Amino acid sequence: MYTDKVMEHFTSPKNVGELENADGEGRVGNPVCGDMMAMQIKVEDGVITDVKFRTFGCGAAIATSSIVTEMAKGMTLEEAEAITNEDVAEALGGLPTNKMHCSNLAADALHNAIEDYRRKAAGEDGEQ
Amino acid sequence: MRRIYLDHSATTPVHPRVAVVAMNYMMNDYGNSSSVHAPGRKAAEAMDEARARVAEFVGAEPREIIFTSGATEADNLAILGVAHAAGDRGNHIITTAVEHHAVLHTCDALEKEGFRITRLPVDAEGRVDPSAVEDAIDDDTILVSVMLANNEVGTLQPVAEIAEIARARGVTVHTDAVQVAGQLPVDLAELGVDLASFSGHKMYAPKGVGFLYVRRGTRLKAQMFGGHHERWLRAGTENVPGIVALGEACVLAQEEIDYVTAHLTSLRDRLIAGLEERIPDVFVNGHRTERLPGNVNVCIPGVEGEAMLLHLDMKGIAASSGSACTSGSLEASHVLLAMGIKHEIAHGSLRLTLGRDNTAAEIDYVLETLPPIVENLRAMSAWKPGDEMPFED
Repeated sequence: MYTDKVMEHFTSPKNVGELENADGEGRVGNPVCGDMMAMQIKVEDGVITDVKFRTFGCGAAIATSSIVTEMAKGMTLEEAEAITNEDVAEALGGLPTNKMHCSNLAADALHNAIEDYRRKAAGEDGEQ
Repeated sequence: MRRIYLDHSATTPVHPRVAVVAMNYMMNDYGNSSSVHAPGRKAAEAMDEARARVAEFVGAEPREIIFTSGATEADNLAILGVAHAAGDRGNHIITTAVEHHAVLHTCDALEKEGFRITRLPVDAEGRVDPSAVEDAIDDDTILVSVMLANNEVGTLQPVAEIAEIARARGVTVHTDAVQVAGQLPVDLAELGVDLASFSGHKMYAPKGVGFLYVRRGTRLKAQMFGGHHERWLRAGTENVPGIVALGEACVLAQEEIDYVTAHLTSLRDRLIAGLEERIPDVFVNGHRTERLPGNVNVCIPGVEGEAMLLHLDMKGIAASSGSACTSGSLEASHVLLAMGIKHEIAHGSLRLTLGRDNTAAEIDYVLETLPPIVENLRAMSAWKPGDEMPFED
């Protein structure tokens, strides 16, 4: 049911954990099945230099979280914002149809983290 | 790799003795039991013997056994059959929130036809209160359908008590007895039900065969039309190899029931005790003692079921879960939710169902293998018990 690529990221997920002094944090959950993802980013000069995640969910939820951290690392914020959930599924060689919409939230979590970063950055600017 | 099968409530392996019998009726004695010639007569005789064996196994008369393609068909025939035979005697059916989908979805279909369905709640251990059945019965009630044991959490229902109450009010009683066969002795006369569904592949016979017990005098309308098979109640050429195999499986089950009940109970208790000792915050779903000997069902908060199943599978252990992520419909187990368990906790349910060939050494292997998997997944989790969920249930 899962591709080899999904199983690879599920069994050896990359970038699990938490960042010290993260610049942005995103959190998404799916109310239907109960999956939850938390993503943190470190940003320097508009480029994502580090990403970490934690996920409470199924094989697809863990694998999509893992691969999106690999995809995003080294990207500009704009490039990372352009990653779609479909791109993530494609990078994994596809996901079972019934998992496309429920467990495929990693790009959303990343976008939330970027949004959080931008909000914080704007806040800091405002204080000057 | 070592393979440990702990999903016997999903299906069982066919016992070699049973497989040999089935093979013979596929390859050698392949006649159609409706034919006049010798091969046909041989098939008819074999079916008669199988019917007698099955009847003896459940404490019934041979003429009370209707062979079907399995328990889903038996449940459909029982519920639709009673409903469609009721005429103007009533249109109300009582069942429970924790039945198998073969019962629940059949009741849903009848509801669309205009029948009134009462789905009784269960307590935190998954038990139905017999007095709730009594209260729910009214002048229009034609059928009460309550399973003998729950397929997910293993809780045994007080069916004998419920049957006594319902029959005293002139209401027909059906039970889905699938999970009990081969694990605990079954005596339908003692149980007092009018209809009972059974499946072959949960008791070491092949898939595609089962039966409905129909107490003599029960009004039932056929749901399939064609030939005269099964006393006009179930048209279609009989699955002779499957039926004969089922007969053999019943003999086998009867021969070893005392041993199997004791063996499964001992493995179950060893597994539950080990999980409670080694996994923090684990809790058992279902009733502690009024429980199938072969059922272990736990929730492991902070871990999702499918992720656990995939890791266990990589270690050679076959199990199942009531997590939404493992169901085709992506809905969490209706049984766990009916017992009042929250979505995010039901997410971490794990069902391990034991069979006659499992050993204590296999249980110990599971107890060594599972805790590190749980620890690893919990360390990765974005949610732990006590945290708020970012959304409502």
